[in-house]
Amino acid sequence: MKTRLVHWFKFSSPQNFYFLAGRLWPWFAALAGILMAVGLWISFFVAPIDAQQGQGYRIIFVHVPASQMSMFIYIVMAAWAGLGLAFNTRLSGMMASALAPTGALFAFLSLVTGALWGKPMWGAWWVWDARLTSTLILLFLYLGFLALQSSIDDPRRADKACAVLALVGVVNVPIIYFSVKWWNTLHQGASVSLTAAPSMAVPMLWGMLTMVFAFWMYTIATALARVRNIILDRERHTEWVKHAVE
Amino acid sequence: MQWNSVSDFFAMGGYAFYVWGCFGLTAVVMVGESLLIRHQRTELISQLRNELVSESTSL
Amino acid sequence: MKQQASEKVGLTAVLLATLRREVSLAMRQKGEVLTPLVFFVVIASLFPLGVGPESALLLRMAPGVLWVSALLAAMLSLQRLFATDYADGSLEQMALSSTPLGLLVAAKALSHFLLSGLPLVLMAPVLGLQFGLDSRSLGILMLSLLLGTPTLSLIGSIGAALTLGVRGAGVLLSLLVLPLYIPVLIFGAGAVEADAAGLGANGHLSLLAALLVLSLFFAPLATTAALRISLE
Repeated sequence: MKTRLVHWFKFSSPQNFYFLAGRLWPWFAALAGILMAVGLWISFFVAPIDAQQGQGYRIIFVHVPASQMSMFIYIVMAAWAGLGLAFNTRLSGMMASALAPTGALFAFLSLVTGALWGKPMWGAWWVWDARLTSTLILLFLYLGFLALQSSIDDPRRADKACAVLALVGVVNVPIIYFSVKWWNTLHQGASVSLTAAPSMAVPMLWGMLTMVFAFWMYTIATALARVRNIILDRERHTEWVKHAVE
Repeated sequence: MQWNSVSDFFAMGGYAFYVWGCFGLTAVVMVGESLLIRHQRTELISQLRNELVSESTSL
Repeated sequence: MKQQASEKVGLTAVLLATLRREVSLAMRQKGEVLTPLVFFVVIASLFPLGVGPESALLLRMAPGVLWVSALLAAMLSLQRLFATDYADGSLEQMALSSTPLGLLVAAKALSHFLLSGLPLVLMAPVLGLQFGLDSRSLGILMLSLLLGTPTLSLIGSIGAALTLGVRGAGVLLSLLVLPLYIPVLIFGAGAVEADAAGLGANGHLSLLAALLVLSLFFAPLATTAALRISLE
């Protein structure tokens, strides 16, 4: 039992994790590809036409996964950051940094697909509904994280500072979401909600779920690949890196 | 299969710009990000190799 | 028991001493205290110039405009919170002293409120008149700012600690802190609007108070952690 525990902890060293990630990410990438193919198949060929939105509603098959993942990634990022602060492990901070760009991209994607959905459906490129506005603020939080990281030279200090920022952010996200919802309902008569998908036919649900999982696998593959770069960069003066790049 | 023809599929009931815009952008983001990571890796490795060479020659 | 009592007095004394220190330091640099206040007035005056003098529009905009201007003005002086002490080494002394750093941080945030938030509260009615707010709305506005600006100082101190000694700290600080300010903005401006619409400002004001209590407990924790990271 004790040796089992030691086995897992060895992967908290960047060196060991580098090679583990190297073996793992192709599998996640393959999974992502398969799930994406299945998801796209369902999105276009199985899910029926919608009564109110016609073929245009199919945008949800990328909009919803993007916005779900952007939220989820932020939470995972904050969790890694918290681990790093608590256990003072280098790898945890690296994982948080590896996840941030993907999360920011998904938040941005969520906003743009939301706009492309809103224009034909509600006639405006942007609606200040609670979810979209919260996603916009989430994007700001991501950008702040990335900006803070790039402005501190010492990587350890940058990781720790970003960790505090991520934890403060994750605590604030529910507060921000609640306040934006409050603001939204107070200022609108007819509530326009991009998430009010009417009765969801079962194939639509399956399509969305598959796409969410596809995005998820993609995120893991990307994060593992990116953390390898971060590890190489930060550990460049160690012997094992020198051997690895020869 | 619910599409009467290939051109119907591409037309997306009139929403072609919006639907294909979204899926296209998603594809661009995912492919682009992956390529960027790969590019960063090759850059990094060549940089590290150069450092190794200059270290060994300077010794 | 006796030791506890004297310890408690010690902590209060430290709090007051820190407050007095901050205020007297700031008084020597009166310009630094007054500039954000002038900024507040200028920004608030820019909006009518941008949207036109139509009184109905200005009246509707007033709570939001005044709150955003107050937000920006409060943020201007945040950098000063730790930077000068960091530069001359007294911040490290504070971190090493026996007093809990959280207390000192809270005291600093409180003094920031006294020096930048409170003047905004007092200045707001004058600007509110420019926008045509009636006296009841002015009162709610002042109350909302009074409850909100300490929270802005507390949350802002986290950003100030994170960006200590960093390149481009000023703008970075704004980017980090403004998203976190949004709930305060929503409830603060919303209070005035809700009252004007006849819905009563109690809900908003209670939420502002709740945010203040939350940040009073948690912000010093985060700021202390951030300071220790910056001081390493």
